[in-house]
Amino acid sequence: MRYVDEFRDPELITRASEEIRRLAESERHYRIMEVCGGHTHAIYRFGLKDLLPSNVELIHGPGCPVCVLPMGRIDDGLAIARESNRIFAAFGDMMRVPGARGSPFEHKARGTDVRIVYSPADALQLARKNPEKEVIFFAIGFETTSPSTALTLMSAQAEGVRNFSVFCNHVTIVPAIRAILDSPDMRLDGFIGPGHVSTVIGCRPYEWIAKSEGKPVVTSGFEPLDLLQSIIMLLQQLKAGEARVENQYKRVVPWEGNRAALRAMAEVFELRPYFEWRGLGFISQSALRIREKYAAWDAERRYDVPETRVADPKSAQCGEVLKGVLKPAQCKLFGKECTPEHPIGALMVSSEGSCAAYYNYEYRKSLVTSITAVA
Amino acid sequence: MSHGAGGKASRRLVEGLFAPLLLSGSDGALTDAAHIEIGGAPVHFTTDSFVVKPLRFPGGSIGELAVNGTINDLAVSGARARAIVVTFILEEGLSSSVLEAEVRAMSAALSRAGVAMVGGDTKVVERGKADGMYISTAGIGSPIFGITIDARTVRPGDRVLLSGPVGDHGITILLARGELDLEADLCSDTRSVLPMVEALAAEAGPGIRWMRDPTRGGVATALNELARDCGLGVELLEEEIPIHDAVRGACELLGLDPLHIANEGQFLAVIAPEYADLALNALQQTEGGDDARIIGQIREEPANAVLVNTRYGGSRIVDMLVGDPLPRIC
Repeated sequence: MRYVDEFRDPELITRASEEIRRLAESERHYRIMEVCGGHTHAIYRFGLKDLLPSNVELIHGPGCPVCVLPMGRIDDGLAIARESNRIFAAFGDMMRVPGARGSPFEHKARGTDVRIVYSPADALQLARKNPEKEVIFFAIGFETTSPSTALTLMSAQAEGVRNFSVFCNHVTIVPAIRAILDSPDMRLDGFIGPGHVSTVIGCRPYEWIAKSEGKPVVTSGFEPLDLLQSIIMLLQQLKAGEARVENQYKRVVPWEGNRAALRAMAEVFELRPYFEWRGLGFISQSALRIREKYAAWDAERRYDVPETRVADPKSAQCGEVLKGVLKPAQCKLFGKECTPEHPIGALMVSSEGSCAAYYNYEYRKSLVTSITAVA
Repeated sequence: MSHGAGGKASRRLVEGLFAPLLLSGSDGALTDAAHIEIGGAPVHFTTDSFVVKPLRFPGGSIGELAVNGTINDLAVSGARARAIVVTFILEEGLSSSVLEAEVRAMSAALSRAGVAMVGGDTKVVERGKADGMYISTAGIGSPIFGITIDARTVRPGDRVLLSGPVGDHGITILLARGELDLEADLCSDTRSVLPMVEALAAEAGPGIRWMRDPTRGGVATALNELARDCGLGVELLEEEIPIHDAVRGACELLGLDPLHIANEGQFLAVIAPEYADLALNALQQTEGGDDARIIGQIREEPANAVLVNTRYGGSRIVDMLVGDPLPRIC
C-alpha cells in the first residue's frame, strides 16, 4: 500500500463513475454538499466534476477555516503582535489572507516579526528559543487542528513557558452545518461529511442530520476514489429512501472519534456563546475559547485586543456561495474585482475556498467550454 | 516577497515597470537572455542572482547554483555560455571557509561546463544583512548553430518536451531549511543543461521552437508564460510528467503542486511534431536525460492557459504561481 496510487486507479475510477451514472435517476437532480474545504480542493484538483453526470451537483460547504474567519480577527491578531518584542506565528494558509489593514505578509513587509509554523508545537518551540520575545500563535481550524493547539497549551503550562500565548480562532463544524440547514433558501439531498474533522470527533455528531433532517451523510476521504465512492454510497441511500450516517473513510476515521484528542480539547477549551463566521454571520456555540485555567496563555486575556469589526463589501455574495445558493462564478465580483491575487471575499483567500478552487482549476476551462458551445 | 517568487507578481513587475522604462532596445519578447549584436556578431547576454537559504543543501550549494543557473539561462535562449562575471555580496563575519567552499564549488561547476569566469566584484555588508552571501552573475554566450527560440513560432500540434523529473530542487530546499521536521532522500537537481540542449540542437535543431528552464514558479509558470506569449493552449498529460516519489510524497503532505516547485537542472522545449521522436531520443541518450518525456502538446484551446489531463479522464487548469508556494494545514 502506498496510500496514494491505490485511490487514483484509473480503471476503478472509470467504474465508479459509471456506477454513479447508473444510480443517478435521470429525472432527479441531486444536490450534494461537500462540507470540507479539503474536499472542495480535491474535487477541482482532480477534475472530478468531469466524471459526474450533469444531474449530480456538488455544492461547496463552509469547511474552510481560513475562509470563514472574519477579517477583524486577523487585524486584531496582527495589532497585538505589532510591538517590537513580539512574534506573530501562524500556519502558511494565513499568510496571504487580508485583514482590513493588510495580510500577515504585508505586516511582515512593514516590520512585524511574522513566522510561518507548521504546527502549534513549532510556535511553542519558537518561544522556548526566544525567551526575550513574546510569541503569539494565531490558531485557526476546525477540530482537525484544535487538539494540537490544546496539547501545546498543556505543554506550555506544564513547562511554565510564559512568553507564549494563543490567539484562539478555533471553530466547530456541526453548528455551521446546522446554520446551513436552517437557511430557508437551501435545498440539499445529502452531505459528504468532513474527513479529517471526523478523525477527531467521529461520526456520531452527524446523526441528527440523518435522524431529524432526513439527509444522508457519508464521511469521506480526500482521494478521487474516496469521493466517488462516497457519492455512490449517498446515491444508494437516496435510491433506497434512507438517511443514515456512513463512514467511507474507515482507514482513518474511527466511528467514536479520537478520545485522547477530545479529552485534550475539553481540558483546554470551552464553547464561546457565539462567534462570527465570515459569510454566515454570528452562530451560537460555534467556536472555542481558552478556559480560565489557561488564562495566562490566552492572548485575548493577556493583551489589549482592539476587537475590530470589518464588514465585507456588500457587493460580495460570499454568504450565498458559502451556503451553496450561488455558484462561485455567479457572484458579481467573481473573476473581476475578486481574484486569488486580490481577494475581496472570504472564499477567494484560501486555496480551499470554493471560489479560489473554482478560479484556479475550473474557471478558464469553463470559459473555453462556453465559447466552444456558442460556436 | 511574491514579486521575487517567479509567478504572477514577478511578471507584472517586469512587464509593468522594468520593461517599459528600462528595456527600450528590446523587441518586446521577454526571454531568459537578451539577444544583441556586437560588431555584427550575435551575442546572448543574461544576468541572474542567487539568494538561496541555506547556502548548502543536499546536491549542491549557492556557488554551484550560480554557475549552472547562468549557463542554463543562456542555454535555453539557444546559446553556449562563453564567459561569466560574478559579484559576491558578503555578510560581515561570514567565515572564510564557507566562502572558500563556495568559490571551489563554482570553480568545479565552471570546469565541468568548460566555461570561463572572466571577472568579478566583492562587496561586504553589515552583519544581519545578505543571509551570509548573495551571488550575482552576468554571462554572455554565442548562439548554438541552427536553432531559433521564439514563442511566436509555436503552432498547435507541437509537442512539449521535459528533460527530467520535476520539483527536486524546490522540495530539497524546503526540507533543508529544517522547519518542517520532514526528511527525504532527495537532492537538488542543479546541473548545466547545456549538454542536453546541444544534443537536442544537433539532432532536432530545426524543430526547436521554444525553450525555458522552469526555475522559480516551476513548470506551470514557465508554460503559462509560453501560453500567453504564443496565444495558444498547453495541454499536459499528468501521467507523463516524471516526478520522484519523495517529491510527490512531500507535495501530497504539504498540499503543494509539483508543477509549481522550482527546478535548477531541467528545461522545457516545444518541438515541431515531425521532430518530436528525434528530440526525445537525443535527450534520452545524453547523460542525465534518461527521464526526459514528451509531456503534452500545444492546442488552439484553452487559449493563454495550461490544462492538465488527469490519468482518469478529469482535467484542471494550472495557473501561474501566486506568491511563494505555502504548505496547507488541513
